[in-house]
Formats: sequence, C-alpha cells, structure tokens
Amino acid sequence: MYKVTIGLEVHCEVKTNSKNFSSAKNAYSEYPNENVSVVDLGLPGILPVANKEAFRKSLLMALALNCKTPDIVMFDRKNYYYPDLPKGYQITQETKPVGVNGYVMINVDGEDKKIGINNIHLEEDTASLDHFKDYSLIDYNRAGVPLLETVTEPCMHSSTEAIAFLEALKGIFLYTGVSEARTDKGQMRVDVNISLSKDDTLGTRTEMKNINSFNSVRLAIETEIKRQKEVLENGGVILQETRRFDEDTLTTHSLRSKVDAVDYKYYIEPNIPPIKITDEWIDEIKSEIPMLQFDRINKYMEVYGLSRYDSEILVKDKAVSDYFEECVFIGCNPKSISNWITTSVLGYLNKNELDIKDLSLTPKMLCELIDMVDNNKISSKQSKEVFSKCLEENKEPNIVVKELGLTQITDDKTIRDIVTKLLDERPDLIEDHRKGKNTFDYFVGQVMKETRGKANPVLTRDIINEEMEKR
Amino acid sequence: MKTIMDLRKDLDEKKVTSDELFKIAIEKAHTYQDEFNSFVTIMDKKEEKESNSLLSGIPYALKDNFSTKGILTTASSNILKDYVPVYDSTAYKKLKDAGAVLVGKTVLDELAMGGTGTTGHTGIVRNPWNKNREIGGSSAGSAAAVALGIVPFSIGSDTGDSIRKPAAFGGLVGFKPTYGRISRYGLFAFASSLDHVGCFARCVRDAAIVTDILKGQDEKDMTSLPNEDIKYTDVIDNDIKGMKLFYIKEITDKTLYKDAGEETLKILDKFKETIEECKKLGFTVDEVSFDDNLLKALYPTYITISSAEATSNNSNLTGIPFGPRGEGGSINEIMFDARTKGFSELIKRRFILGSYILQRENQERLFKNALRLRHIIVDKMNELYKTYDAMILPASGGVAPFFDNEIDRMSDRYLILENHMVIGNFGGFPSITIPNGFVDDMPIGINITGKAFDDAKVLNIANKIEDKLGYKGLIKEEYDV
Repeated sequence: MYKVTIGLEVHCEVKTNSKNFSSAKNAYSEYPNENVSVVDLGLPGILPVANKEAFRKSLLMALALNCKTPDIVMFDRKNYYYPDLPKGYQITQETKPVGVNGYVMINVDGEDKKIGINNIHLEEDTASLDHFKDYSLIDYNRAGVPLLETVTEPCMHSSTEAIAFLEALKGIFLYTGVSEARTDKGQMRVDVNISLSKDDTLGTRTEMKNINSFNSVRLAIETEIKRQKEVLENGGVILQETRRFDEDTLTTHSLRSKVDAVDYKYYIEPNIPPIKITDEWIDEIKSEIPMLQFDRINKYMEVYGLSRYDSEILVKDKAVSDYFEECVFIGCNPKSISNWITTSVLGYLNKNELDIKDLSLTPKMLCELIDMVDNNKISSKQSKEVFSKCLEENKEPNIVVKELGLTQITDDKTIRDIVTKLLDERPDLIEDHRKGKNTFDYFVGQVMKETRGKANPVLTRDIINEEMEKR
Repeated sequence: MKTIMDLRKDLDEKKVTSDELFKIAIEKAHTYQDEFNSFVTIMDKKEEKESNSLLSGIPYALKDNFSTKGILTTASSNILKDYVPVYDSTAYKKLKDAGAVLVGKTVLDELAMGGTGTTGHTGIVRNPWNKNREIGGSSAGSAAAVALGIVPFSIGSDTGDSIRKPAAFGGLVGFKPTYGRISRYGLFAFASSLDHVGCFARCVRDAAIVTDILKGQDEKDMTSLPNEDIKYTDVIDNDIKGMKLFYIKEITDKTLYKDAGEETLKILDKFKETIEECKKLGFTVDEVSFDDNLLKALYPTYITISSAEATSNNSNLTGIPFGPRGEGGSINEIMFDARTKGFSELIKRRFILGSYILQRENQERLFKNALRLRHIIVDKMNELYKTYDAMILPASGGVAPFFDNEIDRMSDRYLILENHMVIGNFGGFPSITIPNGFVDDMPIGINITGKAFDDAKVLNIANKIEDKLGYKGLIKEEYDV
C-alpha cells in the first residue's frame, strides 16, 4: 500500500472595488480590456499603489486561518517573461507573506482534522489569454486583480480530505467576505501537489496547476494517484515535474520537468515603502471575523442538540446560518427553527432560486409563525399554508392568519358550550358510546363543522371526553 | 544669460511675451540641433496654459524619459522609438499646470543608463563649451539645452549622478532633492530605489523655483514624501553662519593622486580654494576620514544594485503590449527578437549583468551584499550628518572628457573621485552641483550633499557659496544671444 500525500496551493481573487496596485475597477466584465489602467498595462513610468482594502482583507483571511501575521506590509517582485504579465514581473509576497504557520479545521466522515497552512500571500493576477489557431488575444481585465494564494502543508492523504479542505477554505472566504470564491468565474483556482510513498518519508511529487473546479480537483487527484501507483508498481520512478490534467480522457501529461524550472529572481519591490502593521489594526481586524462554519457546526450540535447533517446544511450559507441564529436569539426553539429552515425555507429558496436575503419573511415573523404552532393557535398543516401566503403576498403571518380566518378556537368555554349543545341533541349516541360503539369521532366532526375547523382538535377531544363522562 | 527671474521680470513688464520666448527657444533649438543634438523632439506648438506661478510662460526642456501624453517619448532607445504615451508624468503635469512651456524632449543615454551622452538612439550629444567633448549623462540633452541658452531650465533624472555630473561639465546648477520629494510617477524607471527627478538651471535660485513647483506628495507614487510647509525660494538667503561642512580626505587629498594628470590636480586645487572661500563666508569646514574600503565599494555597489533593478524594470519592453513587434514562431521568440533588436549592446550587457546578480545562486553574494554596503555607507553618512550640515566635494575628477577618452584607464582612486556622487542616491540625500570656475577653459563643479529632508538647507548653502564664488548664469560667449 502506498501512502498518498497531497499539498494544495489555492489562488483566490479578493473582492475589492479597485485592483491591487491600480485604480482600475476590480470587476468581471464580458467586454475585454474594459477595466484597464496604464498601471495594469505596465506602460513605462507607471508605479504601483498598494490597495489598502486588499491588504486588510488579506490580513483578515490570514487571521481567520490562524496564521501569524508580519510586522510590516511588504511586497516582492517575481520576475519572468510571459505575455499575460505586462510588467515582466508580478508583485507578490515572498519575504513577508501576510500570514504564515496557520491551520484550518476540517471534518471528514465525522472526524476532525487540522490542515496546516504554510503561508498565505497577496499578489496580483495576470491578464487572461485566449489562444486561437495562429494567434492569441490578451484581455487585461484580470491583470492586477488582487489574488490571495493559500499554500497548505503536504498533509492531506485523499481526494476526500483535499475537497473537504477546499470546501472549508471556500467557506472561510465567503464567511469573511474576502472573496466570492466563485470557481465558475475563475475566481478560485487550485494547484495540486501529489506524492506517493511506502513509508513516512515524502515521495517525489508532481504538480498540476490551475484546476478550475473542485470536482476536477478530485478527478485530477484520483487520476494522478492511479498513474503514480502504476509507475511505482512497475518499478518506475516518479519525476518531479508539472503535469497537465486532461479531464476528457482522465489522464495527466508531463508539461515540464524541474530542470526547466524558472528562477524567479525574487527581490523586494522598491516602489512600495514598508508600512508598519500595528497591534491595534490587527485587533480591529480580528474583531471583524465572524464565527466560522467549523465552530458553528460544533455549537449547533453541542448547544442546540442538532444533528451534524442539519448543522452542516444550516452553515453552508452564512446568511442562512445568521438567519437561524437570529431566530434562536429571538427565543425560538432551535430544533423547530432548524426544521423549518432546512425544509420549508431552503425548499422555497431553492425552488425560486432566491437568496435568503431576498426572503420577505424576517426571523421575527418566522418565529411568530412557529410560536403559533407551538401554542396551538394554528395547526401544523395550516402553518404551511400561512408560510406560503406570507411569501406570496409579502405579508406578516398574524395578518395572513387573520385573513384566512385560521386562528384556532382554544377557548375552553366556547368549545364546551358547543359540545354540551351537541350532546344534548343526541343522547342516543352517548348511549351507543357506552355500549362500546364509536360515536366519539362523530362529535369531534360536528364540533369541527360548527367551528369551520377552527376548534383546537386536542382540546376538543379532551372536552368531549370529559362531558361524556359526566352524563 | 537670463535666469528664470530675469525672464519673469521681462514677462511681467511686458517687454516680451511667452509666445516670443517660445519662438526664440524653438529657433535656437533648431539652430543648434545638428551640431549638438540636444533634442529627440522639438515642439512645434506651444502649450497654452497660463498660471500665476513664477514659471508661467517660461520655456523649458524635458528629458525624453518622462511620460508625456501625445508626445513621442523614446528614452533614447530603439525599442521605444515610436512610443507615444497615453498619460502624463506628474513632473510634466505640474510644470504644464504651472504654465511652463515645453520646448522639447531631450536626448539621454539609452534608458538613462550611462554617463556619457553618447548612447542615445539618435546620436551623441556634444558639450557647448567644446564640441569635441562630452556633456556627460545620462541627462545629456537637458544639460546641453541649458548650456546652449535654449532654455533657462530643464528637467532630468538622476540615478547615479545623471544630473549633477553633466551640470558640472556644462557649467550649470544641477539639483536633485531628497528621494520622494518629487514624484517619480511617469519617469521611465531605471533603478527605482535610486531614481530621482531633478533639474538643471543657471543659478541656485532658479533651481529652487523649479523644485518648489515640482515637489509634493503624489498619490500615484507611494514613495513620495508628505508636503512640507516651506518654499525653498523663501529660505535660500538665510544666514549660514555657524553651519558646518565636511569633505572627505580620501577623495580630495592631492598626495593620493600620484599618477593623476594635471587636470585632476588643478581641480583639487580649485576645490581647496573654494573651501577657503567657504570659511570666509562663515562656514566651519572640516576634513574627515572615510573608510577607504567603503569608498572603493561605491561604484561596484552602484552598478550591482542599479543593474539588478534595471533588468526587472525594463522587463515590460517586450514589444507585446507596445513597441516594435518582434518576429518569430513562438511568443518567446517574438519577445526575444524585439529585445535583441531594440536594445544596444551596452544595454544588453547591463541586463545580463543584472540578471546574473539576481539569480538565486548569486543573489546573496552579489545583490544582498550590495544592499548591505549601501546601508553601511548611508549609516556612515548619517553619522557624519549628526555633526555636519552638509558634505562638499568636487563634482568630478576631470573636466568633460573628449569623445575618444578611454574610461578603463582610470585608477581606483580616480574612480572614487569620479563616482562618489552616488552617495546622494544611496541615501536619497538632497544633492546639488554648482559651478566652481574653469580648468583648461572648461567648467568644473562642486557638489554639496546634505541630510535627507534637508533640501532647504542644501539650497541655502549652495546659494550662499554661489554668491561668493560669482559663477552664476555661466554660458559660453557665442551662445549668449
């Protein structure tokens, strides 16, 4: 058996108004070269101006990944020639990354695991190239977009762990608002390093770059594990190289070996003076980090007694999780609210392709609705009708209940008067009842008929029972 | 020859109009162009923008490595021979806003690398004091344009001594203020940590006037300094009594120059005479000793750092986003071809050197050691600045060299004398060269370098010495028209 070791490098675009070192807009555009400044084009004489917001968000992410942060803001140049890199160098962080030695907690099949983060650093994205038969086109919209690269330790041992880590990382990006982390827009791209060995020493690794979706990452990992295993089993050796994953054929192909590796000639970017990172700034940023998915799941399970399954559904989207927590804060029963959200609310949102922020039903309203059920004001069945109507007509539950005339009769005297009247009318059926014939349900049905179904069924049954006993 | 202040007076008294000044400047520029080659581009249309600044209506020349929107900017290199920028450098924009009138873009050593004025793609620049001699570089055309009396001031850039050396060779004032005092935005980068914007003028006051306009924080340049609440022109006449100057024994002691020519010895004599004048003015002047090993390291340190940074800074010149397109079957071949054709041998040599210096296996030994040396030298200077207000030294070991002069015959000692002004770039110190008379009918200069941020003091000292020496508004007689 071979032990598989996986390390990941994840590039994720940071959500900011402007680019990392220029004032051009940081936004997706379907028109090429729309969001471009002279700085992004690397024209002679331009200078970078570091985007404070991009750096703040990077620090936030570093802290959310439990990293140690540097004492100063500093950038380095990574020098290489490629047409997607207009300056001929990329501004990145080599000497003092925005975070080092951190970790992310993940849960795989019910077991907690710590994934080590080697470092996280802020850099600028390249332009994008479109290759045609005998020419290529350059789109500079992406050039200079702030890009955070998270580098893990080689500490994952299966594609499942790798995907769990990626999901967790994506969750942190979303929870902190650092990135939208949309793989479909190329905002999150993954480099995978894989090695196999028979003992605890690491084997020779291969790298696959720029994989665009988590599913492709999983397939790439499994494909490469299979290939390496075959090579080793046939007595071959693994070469340290960069390989390309072909998703159509589920194969990987050698791109370049380590011998051809570029010397990036890193050195300190001279145009960005070092800026001190104060403790106050760090504290301020720390206070902005919300409780993250991993901790929320544990809290929901331990404090609210929810299942892992439900907890995981609730925390998937931070807005949903926040909605849930607000309901709990209002005082609603966590289990009831969890049931409501995981079934009715999410069902409705999915069906209508809506975001929870678009939901007209506030946590307060949902709690009212649940209270009405719990306090027997309306039946569980009625509550579903009220829920739909609230959303359809954008109204509050109590108003809908009134309009539908759904409020249950829970007043003892009202029901008892009706029951007394009905029993008085049919003494014969009381007699039948005593003889063992079931006439009880007849009276229940009559009460419902008289009250047009509004009498609380439990109370109604109790009263009928009591009144029949008396006779 | 008229200074900025003289022209200001003429304009204000309506003895002359700015249109007339522009026309005269353009005519002179064309007249001297074939002979001296100051310009890459001579303007044919006047920029019509007026202000109430001292520079409004005053003609000037701009080094051709400052980005000027819509005006050809070549950096005197074939790789940019047709490059027309789409944005303005901050220095140019400030001058335009102040109403200064651009006469032309001046020739430099290719990409500002070099100190001879002989490597620009449009040919060599000649020294107005003697056509067979260099004016020096890299701001060669900017120096020549002022020395020829075409313009009263011009803008240059200074990475080693690219303003202050040609100023000495041309009998001019050349000033580069503290690093960051003037925005570098739009200056084509040579070595970003050493690059400075500065000016040539006929007198210290004019240099102060121009710097007052150019200085200031720029949100486009993160290394630019916060604004100071001071106008240099207001303080250059301040009393200097009690101020302390020093010069370095290992650079100025005649007994150390056993093999040196007559010219160098005359320059050193002239320097000592000037020191005596300074003492008469009320300065205290001391001779101090400076670690000879550090002095010998000046030039290698400079070449190491500047070549490394230059290699990276010029990596954008690939002919892909702009510039002449190379040929080839692959993208690498296309870039390779564009760079092979676009740069002269000298430039390629620097890039190869810079690339070698930055290579992983060499970086610690070469690049990082050079950075350490720079640090040690700057610390040593700052130590001296605790006692002294400024350093004063000869700007050069000789007068402007003849074109066939072979530089590699120079001794170590001479190399120090010739290259010590890089200290000003290492520390970002304000540094000014002013004329110090003549040797063999050629102008020579002295250099005054102060502590970082002490721009006002350096100008103040220079102005007082200039007053005393009387070498103000120098111009060769035949151009004084």
